[in-house]
Amino acid sequence: MSANLEHKNVWVFIETEYGKEKKVGFELLTPGRKIADTLNQELVAVMFGKDIKNIAKEAISYGADKVILVEDPIFERYSTDAVTNTFMNLVDKYKPNTIFIGATINGRDFGPRVACRLGTGLTADCTEISYDSETNNVKWTRPAFGGNLMADIECPNIRPQMGTVRPGVYKKPLKQENNKGEIIEEKFDIPEDAIRTKIVETIKEISEDINLEEAEIIVSGGRGLGKAENFSYIRDLASALGGAVGSSRAAVDSGWIPHAHQVGQTGKTVAPKIYIACGISGAIQHLAGMSGSDVIIAINKDKDAPIFEVAHYGIVGDLFEVIPVFIKEIEKYKNS
Amino acid sequence: MNILVCIKQVPDTTEIKINPVTNTLMREGVASIVNPFDSYALELAVRLKEKQGGKVTVISMGPPQAKVALKECLSVGAEEAYLLSDRAFGGSDTLATSYILSSFIKHLEKENGKFDLVMCGKQAIDGDTGQVGPEIAEHLGLAQVTYATDIKVEDDKTLIKRENDQGYDWIQVLTPAVITVTKSVFEPRYATLKSKIAANKAEIEVLNTESIDIDLEKCGLKGSATKVMKSYTPIKDNNGIVIKEETASASVKSLMNLLVDNKVI
Repeated sequence: MSANLEHKNVWVFIETEYGKEKKVGFELLTPGRKIADTLNQELVAVMFGKDIKNIAKEAISYGADKVILVEDPIFERYSTDAVTNTFMNLVDKYKPNTIFIGATINGRDFGPRVACRLGTGLTADCTEISYDSETNNVKWTRPAFGGNLMADIECPNIRPQMGTVRPGVYKKPLKQENNKGEIIEEKFDIPEDAIRTKIVETIKEISEDINLEEAEIIVSGGRGLGKAENFSYIRDLASALGGAVGSSRAAVDSGWIPHAHQVGQTGKTVAPKIYIACGISGAIQHLAGMSGSDVIIAINKDKDAPIFEVAHYGIVGDLFEVIPVFIKEIEKYKNS
Repeated sequence: MNILVCIKQVPDTTEIKINPVTNTLMREGVASIVNPFDSYALELAVRLKEKQGGKVTVISMGPPQAKVALKECLSVGAEEAYLLSDRAFGGSDTLATSYILSSFIKHLEKENGKFDLVMCGKQAIDGDTGQVGPEIAEHLGLAQVTYATDIKVEDDKTLIKRENDQGYDWIQVLTPAVITVTKSVFEPRYATLKSKIAANKAEIEVLNTESIDIDLEKCGLKGSATKVMKSYTPIKDNNGIVIKEETASASVKSLMNLLVDNKVI
């Protein structure tokens, strides 16, 4: 362990794209604070992006003791090489003890690369983080087998210890505008030929402004909708609630809605405050993508559908009858 | 194009049941399948080969019975298959697994020439980590694109369609590269009777730690940075309230009352 004594502080990576942060970054300041306090070390937010000083200041108001900020236009969009190389430069220089990364598409892309270059352990997709005071390691809890099995994992002999954490598992800390913290600006020369990928075209499939992973309310539709046109029921309910539209794999495979809306093992992992599943039976692959939601509401004709096993509230009934009444009741409630 | 696909034999997790007495996974009698995301990777690889010419090789690290999975790959378009099997590999985490796979990839490249693309599924449905692909890329020092759903080769440019939060990016990648594949529009093809029979007859070469120069300290439990302290089945709370009134409107009214009372809205 002696070699590890020089590794200090808890890092939280705040991912940004187009100069905007992903929600999970600030969320991770919550477990980050807890681990940093336990270790009596500093909580450091690490962020790369284009024009993101405001996000650095925000991280301090969310409780980061320090921010390591790397601003460069190259970080407007993600690339594996730019993020990995910059992250490695920082790890070499500052030698953190623990690193939290959001388990987003990009976090799961560069996280393993950094861990492998460091020869350290990375625990993927954690849903709980605690501290094992017997071993003095962070205890990373994660699901496997599509959520059928949970495992507690530790990284005993090597520092930094690393984990990616699912979005929505933790709530953002309370914002305190008078928090004080230091912003350390770093700049690295990133040679163009070190970046081996180039985005040549971007296709947006989600027309709404609300990003599924960021949404507080999601209304999802599945096979029970019967046809593409019936997604209007889902859209209407979502818009009454100010939420985003999701779907099951069955609805995507039937061509009723683009894949970008899909929730589940082959789609997105979401954990909104309210998740409403309409006409979705609840295959384990779907549950793997949404079971972390605060409140799950299911509407399904089949009383034996597995979705009712995870739902906090369920209505057994025909969604084509239930949803219109539901929308009316919500409008009534909003106006009351 | 010379393409390598890494595959894993996994239990069909859709069939897994929990033993109610011991509260552990019941794997007995559960069918073993080729990890579905690996099948999508193989399908993309075979399609590329059919367009560009070349060869598709598959490898898998696992016990001897994983030969069955490799034979399945041979029946749907792969030309060559190797099984990496050794007791020293047992208990490997993603760091050790990716070290072992990349060591064998280097070995195969000495004999077969460089691979233009090394492809994997985006994750295996048992471990669900998604880390072995990027870690292979790191060990080999190659570029990577993860979450790929399609690949195009145009005028010597290799373009990868990659999922993002709001849709897709087309990414041009410098080859050789590692590509991990998620569900794509191309469903894996079925074997024909003829290809099945041929694949069954094929000899799968088994490679072990004696076949190549490999650092045993980096394999298996010894080479793993992480340690599984405990595994258990999650407790499902079945405290949900299911409403079934006479009419839809009565059900919705009950729901609204509950949501308001419990401060959900």
